[in-house]
Amino acid sequence: MTSAFKPKPEYLRLIDLHAFYGESHILHGLDLSVAKGECVTLLGRNGSGRTTTLKSIMGLVGRRTGSIMLNGNEVIHVPTHKIAHHGVGYCPEERAIFTSLSAEENLTLAPIVSSGGMSVDELYQMFPNLSERRNSPGGKLSGGEQQMLAMARILRTGAKLLLLDEITEGLAPVIVKKLGEVITELKKRGFTIILVEQNFRFAAPLADRHYVLEHGEIIATITQEELPGKMDWLHHTLGV
Amino acid sequence: MEIFGISTALLGSQLLVGLINGSFYAILSLGLAIIFGLLNIINFAHGAQYMMGAFVAWIALTRFGINYWAALIVAPLIVGFVGVLIERLMLRRLYKLDHLYGLLLTFGLALIFEGIFRDQFGISGESYEVPELLSGGVNLGFMFLPIYRAWVIVASLTVCFGTWYMIERTKLGAYLRAGTENSAMVQALGINVPLLITFTYGYGVALAAFAGVLAAPIFQVNPLMGSNLIIVVFAVVVIGGMGSIMGSILTGLGLGLIEGLTRVIYPEASSVVVFVIMVIVLLVRPAGLFGKS
Repeated sequence: MTSAFKPKPEYLRLIDLHAFYGESHILHGLDLSVAKGECVTLLGRNGSGRTTTLKSIMGLVGRRTGSIMLNGNEVIHVPTHKIAHHGVGYCPEERAIFTSLSAEENLTLAPIVSSGGMSVDELYQMFPNLSERRNSPGGKLSGGEQQMLAMARILRTGAKLLLLDEITEGLAPVIVKKLGEVITELKKRGFTIILVEQNFRFAAPLADRHYVLEHGEIIATITQEELPGKMDWLHHTLGV
Repeated sequence: MEIFGISTALLGSQLLVGLINGSFYAILSLGLAIIFGLLNIINFAHGAQYMMGAFVAWIALTRFGINYWAALIVAPLIVGFVGVLIERLMLRRLYKLDHLYGLLLTFGLALIFEGIFRDQFGISGESYEVPELLSGGVNLGFMFLPIYRAWVIVASLTVCFGTWYMIERTKLGAYLRAGTENSAMVQALGINVPLLITFTYGYGVALAAFAGVLAAPIFQVNPLMGSNLIIVVFAVVVIGGMGSIMGSILTGLGLGLIEGLTRVIYPEASSVVVFVIMVIVLLVRPAGLFGKS
């Protein structure tokens, strides 16, 4: 029985997170938390700090202050390569497939960070296109194939928290649909997911909660249930 | 016997010299290419590290009685370890800055290393005996082949292609190739990139030291032996294309042979031919023969 006295354990908590690129101050004191098994989105216009939030969690921005808790551990001073070993899988906006490595080398590059990851065969079942292209260089894959590969490679490692940045961007509707099915399946399997998504129609049915960002701050949190009543405000705020 | 009025003995021996020089160019430019690929640093200390390899071998033999075969392993380890220290203590602080700072730092280090060895050992040069097993030669009929020189070619090609295999076919090599493309992403996937960088620099430096040990019995062991060679090696790297592994091996060998041929046909041009080729390549294909623009 779930009750207010037994909240779901928290996977990620950001407290008063500030991030800087050189002189420019991008995140202005972000607070958010994501429970285990939850799927949340970060919504906002371009430049609102959504991608920077994900990069800050991975330690990929110049300077950060505040607190980043993963499974109850403070990780703001932990080097990037150790963040992954806290069970975090990062899929960047640009996909960052290694062009000189074959698809399979890309898939198997990352070290296993915890048990329970999917096997290469399982992943080829989930993404049959990748199986056909396994020996092709990463640079020769189509945009959709690269996106699937970028997802698949973090599912193999046993990561339980997935940071997915604009995974549907520039992809054909059929592939977007496929990715939606994959996310639904991952939710069923208990993954914790943070989606940064421009395609609100893709994200809305998948997410339990939405964080709305503006100028590097969270200006609203909207739960799945509240969403219908907030649509007009959202459209206005996001400019969609 | 003659080909186009050139005696085969002369042609053969100059091609052999070319192939030997080419082997050194290959192994040195390979190290530079690996280091540049991952660290984005042009390692100007490479020549000094080559010289140190030769000196460590010479000191090991004359002071501690450590023979050539052991030196082939020990000298790269020692000089490679010095490389590891350089990376950890100095180069690491420069990665966020422009390429130029790494170049200046390693250039400064090269001058310091050369200065120390010059101060300790003078510049007259020390000789290193060819190991007994590899002394003597074989008469091939058209030319005389010193065994040690054949060994140098075989040993350096083995190391070059072994390195190529490691980079292209192993997991560690996949880390290196991926890191060369996008080190931040490799690190985000959970791979210890700082350690990979340290290892890579150490390995590149060890390659230079290995070449230095190979060179010790052929050339004089001299504090300036590296700076004479490294300028040509930089030209080789520019011609082959910065960062290409196979490119640097093939270009190194090829240019050594071209140099040897030039020495037969028009000796006056032999010391500039590499630079002339460099100019032409830069004009026609600025990314180098094997480089991606």
